[in-house]
Amino acid sequence: MGGYGFYVWGSYGVTLVLLGGEVLMLLKRRRAVARIAPEPKLQTPNGKFETAMVSDKL
Amino acid sequence: MSTRRINWYKYAAPANFYPIAGKMIPFFTVVTVLLFIIGLYVGFFVAPTDFQQGESYRIIFIHVPAAWMGMFLYVLMAVYAGLGWAFNARLGSMMATAISTTGAIFTFISLVTGSLWGRPAWGVYWVWDARMTSTLILMFLYIGFISLQASIDDSRRADRAGAVLALVGLINVPIIYFSVQWWNTLHQGATFTARSFKMAPSMLSAMLILMAACWMYSIAVVLVRVRCIIREREREAPWLAEAVA
Repeated sequence: MGGYGFYVWGSYGVTLVLLGGEVLMLLKRRRAVARIAPEPKLQTPNGKFETAMVSDKL
Repeated sequence: MSTRRINWYKYAAPANFYPIAGKMIPFFTVVTVLLFIIGLYVGFFVAPTDFQQGESYRIIFIHVPAAWMGMFLYVLMAVYAGLGWAFNARLGSMMATAISTTGAIFTFISLVTGSLWGRPAWGVYWVWDARMTSTLILMFLYIGFISLQASIDDSRRADRAGAVLALVGLINVPIIYFSVQWWNTLHQGATFTARSFKMAPSMLSAMLILMAACWMYSIAVVLVRVRCIIREREREAPWLAEAVA
């Protein structure tokens, strides 16, 4: 990197750590949510959404 | 001409948005990974060395997209928070909450990578320049929004308080963008505008591909997070309770 390795790799390293950390935290949160509210079954057997069966109200 | 129309209002209901968001996540995840690989390859192996800055200029391939994402996501967060507040649309408020963390992370990345670029380019990590100071204020606005929402137990009250802060803070976005024109700053002007590009095509391509990658990444993580928020907040709601049973 022509003597700029610390700055260039530092920048990409910080980005990797922060974005990777966000993804890991999100996966952890998803597991925590699954314990209090299990994944809802909102799909029909043929894979189409049963959106017609749920409320259209905001 | 087709007479079929999509009823977009339908997807403002968390019950309808939840499954469609789940379907979109794998697509955005795959596109994110592909765009990051292509963008980094072009940025490190195709784009030439800059004749003035040497290799250190490669920092801008991640710095510029991160800075733009910080601003875009703030505007998006404020718009969703405003919609949630004005129309009492709870999905809008949930989206604002979901966007805030990702926006704060991108703003932090832009500040850190900007400092790491500034040291070899200007000789200092930080100066109280208008662009840098206004970006730091953006970071504080994100932290304020997240902290304010976390400090209020009632989620609907937290949404309203957050919306006020987000909308007031919106004034900072044009200040960031035009700061390099309004004040005599150390920070360089716009890298590209609608009329001109101040970069070689391969350099510009790397930056735009990584910009697209950051967008796809943001959409993917925001969708995952908003689905978590929907399940946390709506777990007592009949539609979710019935769907789980």
